[in-house]
Amino acid sequence: MSEPVLEIKNLNVGYGLGDQAVRAVRDVNLTLHRGEVLGLAGESGSGKSTLAYGLTRLLPPPGVITGGQVIYHPEQGAAYDVLELSDQQLRGFRWGETAIVFQGAMNSLNPVHKISTQLTDVLRAHRPEMSDAARNARAREMLKLVGIAADRMDAYPHQLSGGMRQRVMIGMALILQPQVVIMDEPTTALDVVMQRQILGQLIELRERLGFSVIFITHDLSLLVEFSNRIAIMYGGRIVEEAPAAAIYKDSLHPYSKGLLGSFPALRGPRRELTGIPGSPPDLKGMPSGCSFHPRCPKAFEPCSGHIPVLGRPGTPDGPTRSVACWLHPAEQPVG
Amino acid sequence: MKYLLQRIAFYLFTAWAAITLNFFIPRLVPGDPVQALIAKFQGQLSTQATQSLYVLFGLDKDKSVWQEYLDYWGQLFHGDLGLSFTFFPTPVSEIISDSLPWTLLLVGITTIISFFLGTGLGVLAGWRRGSWTDGLLPVTTFLSSVPYFWLGIIAIYLLTGPDSFFPSSGGFDNGLVPAFDQYFIPSAIRHSVLPALTILISSVSGWILSMRNMMVTVSSEDYITVAHAKGLSDRRVAMSYAARNALLPNVSGFALSLGFIVGGTLLVEIVFSYPGIGFQLFQALGAQDYPLMQGVFLIITISVLVANLIADVAYLLLDPRTRKEG
Amino acid sequence: MTIPTSSIEQVIPGQGSMAQPETGKPAKAKRQRFRFVSNKKAATGLVMLAVYVLLAIIGPWVAPYDPDARSNALIQPPSGDHWLGTTHLGQDVFSQLLIGTRSVMLVGFFAGTIATVLSVLIGVTAGYLGGKTDEGLSALSNVFLVIPALPLIIIITSTLQNAEDWLIALVIGLTSWSWNARVLRAQTLSLRRRDFVDASRATGEKTWRVIVFELMPNLTAVIASGFIGTVIFAVLSEITLAFIGVTSSSTWNWGTILFWAQGQQALAQEAWWWFIPAGLAIALLGTALSLINFGIDEFVSPRLRSAGKTKIKTIDGRTVRMRIGFTPVLSNSPEPHTHATPVLPAATPVVKKEVTS
Repeated sequence: MSEPVLEIKNLNVGYGLGDQAVRAVRDVNLTLHRGEVLGLAGESGSGKSTLAYGLTRLLPPPGVITGGQVIYHPEQGAAYDVLELSDQQLRGFRWGETAIVFQGAMNSLNPVHKISTQLTDVLRAHRPEMSDAARNARAREMLKLVGIAADRMDAYPHQLSGGMRQRVMIGMALILQPQVVIMDEPTTALDVVMQRQILGQLIELRERLGFSVIFITHDLSLLVEFSNRIAIMYGGRIVEEAPAAAIYKDSLHPYSKGLLGSFPALRGPRRELTGIPGSPPDLKGMPSGCSFHPRCPKAFEPCSGHIPVLGRPGTPDGPTRSVACWLHPAEQPVG
Repeated sequence: MKYLLQRIAFYLFTAWAAITLNFFIPRLVPGDPVQALIAKFQGQLSTQATQSLYVLFGLDKDKSVWQEYLDYWGQLFHGDLGLSFTFFPTPVSEIISDSLPWTLLLVGITTIISFFLGTGLGVLAGWRRGSWTDGLLPVTTFLSSVPYFWLGIIAIYLLTGPDSFFPSSGGFDNGLVPAFDQYFIPSAIRHSVLPALTILISSVSGWILSMRNMMVTVSSEDYITVAHAKGLSDRRVAMSYAARNALLPNVSGFALSLGFIVGGTLLVEIVFSYPGIGFQLFQALGAQDYPLMQGVFLIITISVLVANLIADVAYLLLDPRTRKEG
Repeated sequence: MTIPTSSIEQVIPGQGSMAQPETGKPAKAKRQRFRFVSNKKAATGLVMLAVYVLLAIIGPWVAPYDPDARSNALIQPPSGDHWLGTTHLGQDVFSQLLIGTRSVMLVGFFAGTIATVLSVLIGVTAGYLGGKTDEGLSALSNVFLVIPALPLIIIITSTLQNAEDWLIALVIGLTSWSWNARVLRAQTLSLRRRDFVDASRATGEKTWRVIVFELMPNLTAVIASGFIGTVIFAVLSEITLAFIGVTSSSTWNWGTILFWAQGQQALAQEAWWWFIPAGLAIALLGTALSLINFGIDEFVSPRLRSAGKTKIKTIDGRTVRMRIGFTPVLSNSPEPHTHATPVLPAATPVVKKEVTS
């Protein structure tokens, strides 16, 4: 496996303070390697979006980061903790090193400014030395890259279709050639054909430009198709992490199995759709022990009392994957 | 362009509705106070003036309402709004054209300053939510509930007096003749400071509150998070992204509340005896000078409509979504 | 006079709720009523309003003097006999204020009711039926919206001559419904597109039933806020009318007090007790009503609710502020917060049994 570009260490993110506080992301350890697509899946409320916004410090109030580190390894120079950056340093880090493609394709663009303005103001903030002409040329280049005619530069967001807007967002995300692109449900608002078209294009761009991707979605089938590795979140924790193929073929955690059982397979033999009984846990009253145990078909004695650690399981492919489940007690903890 | 034409059509329609309303109000009332006034001024009124009052107030029993309505319009187009009884025998149109500039300058300038100042403070209060600016809110709530005219009274009570810089009434010093010279202009400005401050203090709070709420609402829009994620400066996110969008509903709110604001500001003129439209209305009320009242109402309505149209044009320039190509 | 500060119209529900905490949604519906009252602003406003209502009811009984009764104590400052001093005729200002409360409250609430009923009829019908009806009704309310209301009210009441309270309330109510109608129309339009309304229409419910049982419960907050807004406007208008001497001077309200104070040169005589209390009474009533409206606003659009504590102390003692775009970091120690257990303390053999079964 190649060197890491982003290491999340015991990240804890919550909402609110004091008695009202809710812990949405708990002790998450995750490593993104250079050039890979890391999928992050889970039901709504599992904390996957909170994780993405938390690690960039974009979570709106009452969100707070209560602990952990986010170590970023720049292409050149020493690694640093993103959470320790000053506001000014963080502004430089944002978009320059890590760009985000957001959930709401429709609302991500400022309705009162032209596409060109919104593309070039990034350059104005990060590359003050660039001339206006150079900025415009760069913006035009990015639009071309994502397949939008340069004459749409002067269009306003409301004049573009949903798919085009999301392409503009992708072009905007790549304009500073970041190392990491976080995609938060980038295509949920689009139809299936458009989804695949845009994701296909993105993967192609990744191969050409060499950035890494954290791809967040509740749609595990998309992840299986488009990512190298997949991490599954439940109740604010990562419960399993493995290469995409391993998750698809033999996931170890009962929750991953449940998620896979709730959508039809794209390739391979037909399976019966099962779904997961029960509903996601309330973050205010998390069950003791493994938070999945009340819904788990295979729960047994230790599950309700002890939180399983995320670690390498004892399976033959153990070194390449990790799981937090008492069925597969960790032989070597991660993080 | 289509949007603008639609708006113009709407305002023309509203102007027609207001004028028609103005035509019918005196006709719906039992008894005719105007008749009494005409009787009082019997010998002094020319036949033509009497005739014009008959048309304005529907006193001619022989004519059909429709015929009166047509005559009414005919008179309006000639600028004939009847004679004022308070300032007999000055025509109403002359009184209005004398006092309108005072109101336009005082109320117009103050309202615009108030809008910009309030919007600016609202941007601050909404963006720096949770800081000291939140402490302003109870104060602004209280101030926006104070009647304009009462604040004017308090201002006169506290700030004017024999030795004060601020005069307590009038639009300029006695003995001066309205002219654009070095005596009149400073005097007029000095007389307008206190009324202007009164209007400003009681109207600015509304803008602060509504802009603050819009900033708070807009701040949680996705494109604000995107702007932060893009690493733009705080200033750029606040102004170009948040405030720029929050301004839109505030501008349309400005257009819609003009009618409310103008009503309140006219009273300030009354308290300060400021020689504008509102003060004329007050004097007309005291003397039951119906022709003047009707004329003042018409001119206020038309001014508000014009101001609305201007606000619409501003909105058109600010929001690309209303600007349809082609 | 006051600009309607409610922002309900401008809040479109269900947009841009990105990365909000996804918890706490269930059980919300139950305790809504309590939540509204537990809102500090709304509670303060309601208490203040209750005092005014109480005074409106008991005012005439507890007033120490007949407000019209003259005495020899002319323009006296506040004293034990006359808590708020006397007028140029020796009338007791405090009694005038107390007795005037009833007229103010009656006109306010009566006009508010008329305007609310009209705005619901016009706004909801326009929003629900759409098409030509909507166009016609919208044009009508827009016309009433841009015609300056207060001058219109002044013209009408002065033409009516010495109008009584109920007539003034009627005129105010009939001319001030347009703003609320507009807001209600917008809300109805957005509600009409929701699934539950579609569903009940699809099952063949009668139009009036859909409006009354499906739409109205969802419009309560908007209607309430509109009502309060109109009451504020009506109170200010009534007082204004009395102040400029248009209305009948036989009934007392706070505007009447100010009318006499202004007319009798209270300012020149430095008789502050004559005009300050009445103005304060108006301003405090307005504040109370505005506070209730802020409560409703925050209730309807949660974004306006203050987020509780906004300043936080980090572990190493720095204070950070909650703000959009820069999530506060309380600690960045890499230590885990929970103690996950790598290996089971004891009785591990059970594992195998479960797996194989």
